[in-house]
Amino acid sequence: MNFPILSSLILLPTIGALFIFFVRSSNSKYQSSKYVALFITIANFFLSLYLWIVFDKSIIEFQFVEEREWISGFVNYKVGVDGISILFILLTTFITPICVITVNATIKNRLKDFLIAILILETFMIGVFCSLDLVVFYLFFEAGLIPMFLIIGIWGGERRVYSAFKFFLYTLLGSVLMLVAIISIYWITGTTDVIKLYELGIDSKYQNLLWLAFFSSFAVKTPMWPVHTWLPDAHVEAPTAGSVLLAAILLKMAGYGFIRFSLGLFPDASLYFVPLVYTLSLIAIIYTSLVALMQEDMKKLIAYSSVAHMGFVTLGIFTMTQQGIEGSIFQMISHGLVSAALFLCVGVVYDRLHTRLINRYGGLVSIMPKYAIVFMVFTLGALGLPGTSGFIGEFLVLMGAFKKNILVATIASLGVILGAAYMLWLYKRIIFGKLINEDVKKMVDLKRFEIVTLWLLVLPIIFFGFYPEPLINSIEVSVANMIDMNDLNKINKLALGD
Amino acid sequence: MENLQLIIPELFISIMIMFLLIFGVFKKNSSQLVYNLTTVSLVAALALIINLDTQIQSSLFNNSYNIDSLARFMKILLILSGIFVMLSSSKYVQISKISKIEYPILILCSILGMMVMISSNDLIVFYMGLELQSLALYVLASFNRDNLLSTESGLKYFVLSALSSGLLLYGCSLIYGFSETTNFNQIMVNTKEIEYGLTFGIVFILVGLAFKISAVPFHMWAPDVYQGSPTSVTVFFALLPKIAALTVFIRFLYIPFYELGDQWQMIIIFLSIASMVFGAVAAIGQKNLKRLIAYSSISHMGYALAGLSTGTTQGVQSSITYITIYLVMNLAFFSCLFMLKRNDEYYENIDDLSGLSKNHPLLSLSLLVVLFSLAGIPPLAGFFAKFYIFVSVINEKMYFLAIVGLLATVIAAFYYLRIIKIIYFDPEKEKFETKHNLGLKFTLVASTFFILAYFIYPSGIVDMISQININ
Repeated sequence: MNFPILSSLILLPTIGALFIFFVRSSNSKYQSSKYVALFITIANFFLSLYLWIVFDKSIIEFQFVEEREWISGFVNYKVGVDGISILFILLTTFITPICVITVNATIKNRLKDFLIAILILETFMIGVFCSLDLVVFYLFFEAGLIPMFLIIGIWGGERRVYSAFKFFLYTLLGSVLMLVAIISIYWITGTTDVIKLYELGIDSKYQNLLWLAFFSSFAVKTPMWPVHTWLPDAHVEAPTAGSVLLAAILLKMAGYGFIRFSLGLFPDASLYFVPLVYTLSLIAIIYTSLVALMQEDMKKLIAYSSVAHMGFVTLGIFTMTQQGIEGSIFQMISHGLVSAALFLCVGVVYDRLHTRLINRYGGLVSIMPKYAIVFMVFTLGALGLPGTSGFIGEFLVLMGAFKKNILVATIASLGVILGAAYMLWLYKRIIFGKLINEDVKKMVDLKRFEIVTLWLLVLPIIFFGFYPEPLINSIEVSVANMIDMNDLNKINKLALGD
Repeated sequence: MENLQLIIPELFISIMIMFLLIFGVFKKNSSQLVYNLTTVSLVAALALIINLDTQIQSSLFNNSYNIDSLARFMKILLILSGIFVMLSSSKYVQISKISKIEYPILILCSILGMMVMISSNDLIVFYMGLELQSLALYVLASFNRDNLLSTESGLKYFVLSALSSGLLLYGCSLIYGFSETTNFNQIMVNTKEIEYGLTFGIVFILVGLAFKISAVPFHMWAPDVYQGSPTSVTVFFALLPKIAALTVFIRFLYIPFYELGDQWQMIIIFLSIASMVFGAVAAIGQKNLKRLIAYSSISHMGYALAGLSTGTTQGVQSSITYITIYLVMNLAFFSCLFMLKRNDEYYENIDDLSGLSKNHPLLSLSLLVVLFSLAGIPPLAGFFAKFYIFVSVINEKMYFLAIVGLLATVIAAFYYLRIIKIIYFDPEKEKFETKHNLGLKFTLVASTFFILAYFIYPSGIVDMISQININ
């Protein structure tokens, strides 16, 4: 197939952004720009859906690979997808139009700029998930900081400046070491092409340092304890669409990076550092769950729960078992949907009452029944109830963990209980209880566009909860291949008497 | 006669200087005309340089003057920057009442000096060029003579620069004493062994050169001079002398003293690290944009030196790439600065930018692009500049330098972000004028577009630069 489908996926949002930028909208509300953005993002979603359908799930190799000379003799622009990355692309293109729909209520000023920022961000996010060259990956990975910085800073809440700076500098600091590592890899192996690197392998004496350099970047982005502190700030201050993108996709870049690069390129070092990752993941799961329990701000609570959920993800990845990695990927997709939905739910009530404090609400069930239903689905999804997608992810991760280390798995299971505790308590405090506050009584139930966006998220959460097969199917071969590759390395090493 | 053919661009500029001087004196009120004629003659000089046969690699006048690929590229860069500086600052010169006939002529003199520096292959020729450019720059810095800051900056620059020239000359004499020649190639032949006197000579010359590109710890003059001089001179300071000084750095280190790499490498690494870190940290507290850009350029020079410190051709090429991209970014930044005008008054404090994005979306967008690029965030051109530097540095296993450099970019990102914050997040102020002359607009659009679109075809400049051979 000659049509460069991946490049079109990457470029389409940027073209849309340029269009919005150059075409002057006649009315001051920029309705037309909104429709353009919506059209572009939905078109992109269908394009990626098409990609998923024609994607051959039984092949190990990367598909739709495009390669073009870029920096001559050094870096090639190379993109391609395997079963893992295609899911993340799908998630990205699914979440972005939902964000575009929400701007109606949340963004009051400079709508046009906001849409441009979102579209540019989508380009970078898709780019991260399909790049097959380390330098190209780094480029997209870092470039995403610019629109996100602006989204938080311009449209954010009161402490937006502080949060935007913290977000930017934390992530940048983590990433610069990764750049050193990428350039070092080039000088060690002579290429930054991921596929070639998979074949060549990297000498194990370099692996530990390189792994740490990559880890510093991904750990900040995941975020893992103790470098997670930027996340609650960024989430709380970002506008709804920003929080959604941050939780649903930007965090997943790191998890994806762990699988693709840390595991793929440095198998020995990954094995060596397993205890470190286990420890940090467990602290993240237990500690941040406890912190989440004590939050009075809804967004902060969900932000901390994100850290805990991402703890499961890192734990699952580094069990290096089929179930663990599959579970992690599933968990990331599921968390992408659920956390996006939860932030949207917070956005719904925030738009009405302009506060995120939990104790200002209460008794919403009697005045906002439709809201109560969808919120319940998402709460149950977040705590991993069987029948929602959250369950499958956590279950698989724990299964992988039990295979490797029973103690770790047991502690992690406690996190599931804590998760249920803070989510249900949150639900209880907001939805049930007595209607006391006068202004709460005046709140109206979901508007049409809110119903659309929220139900769009309810469907996949429940669907994949009952029928995870399409997702698992898509990642199975790629994950198995990754594990085989690692084992093969070890066998080769043993054969060489290493 | 053959020699003269190859230096036609230099000769042309010299003749134009003399002609314009006479023309300006005899024709009344001709300052604007002289200014425009200067721009035109720069364009003509550019055409003459490009017209020269690219294959020529020759040393003229007893090997003291080099016409080679390095000189050619750097001269093109120099004259192009000169043209853009002239284009972008023409309105400023008029409004700030520094529009006198001497102004463009001094700029031409200084450019001539730099061209001589770029081609020099001999200590004496090099010194001659250096003094020609510096003398013109002293006057330019204090050109706004009614302004206290401007006078001060001229004087300060003169005193400190004279001191550094003295050191440099002393270094030249030491090298002459120990190698019995002033010709770069001859020095290489004559200095196979290391002698203390020679090392001292190298150090003195490096100090002089470091002063010219304002590397830490010889940077003290830069912030004051940048702030005090008229902005049109500041942009000149920020761009052109750096090109000339960097070329001399390259020639000096890589021709006569290439073999003595272990003698100078540590010095360059020190200058580089000190400049990167100091420039980044000191810029944080600044309130004046010109002063801030002075510190930022100190920091950027640190990165350019990091490339030089590797001692490889690749390192030199990365430095040249860096300086090329640096020029474009600074040009764009200063063009934005020239647009901050209200009622014939120019604004240069960071606070004046407050809320700029509401009234001037396009201008703020360009500033956004430029600032993120200066901070080295992909996919903008500034990232690639740093990327090439680090590629060459890491290739030489200089991990310490690379990591310090990258951490310095994070610190530097902070103050660039602060400006962006003021532009985009802060409440708006009064509007600035939106009418600007065409030259300024063109400069801004062209340079911003270069920064934005660089990633589409990054090989172009790299390929061009990889043609340059140093030895």
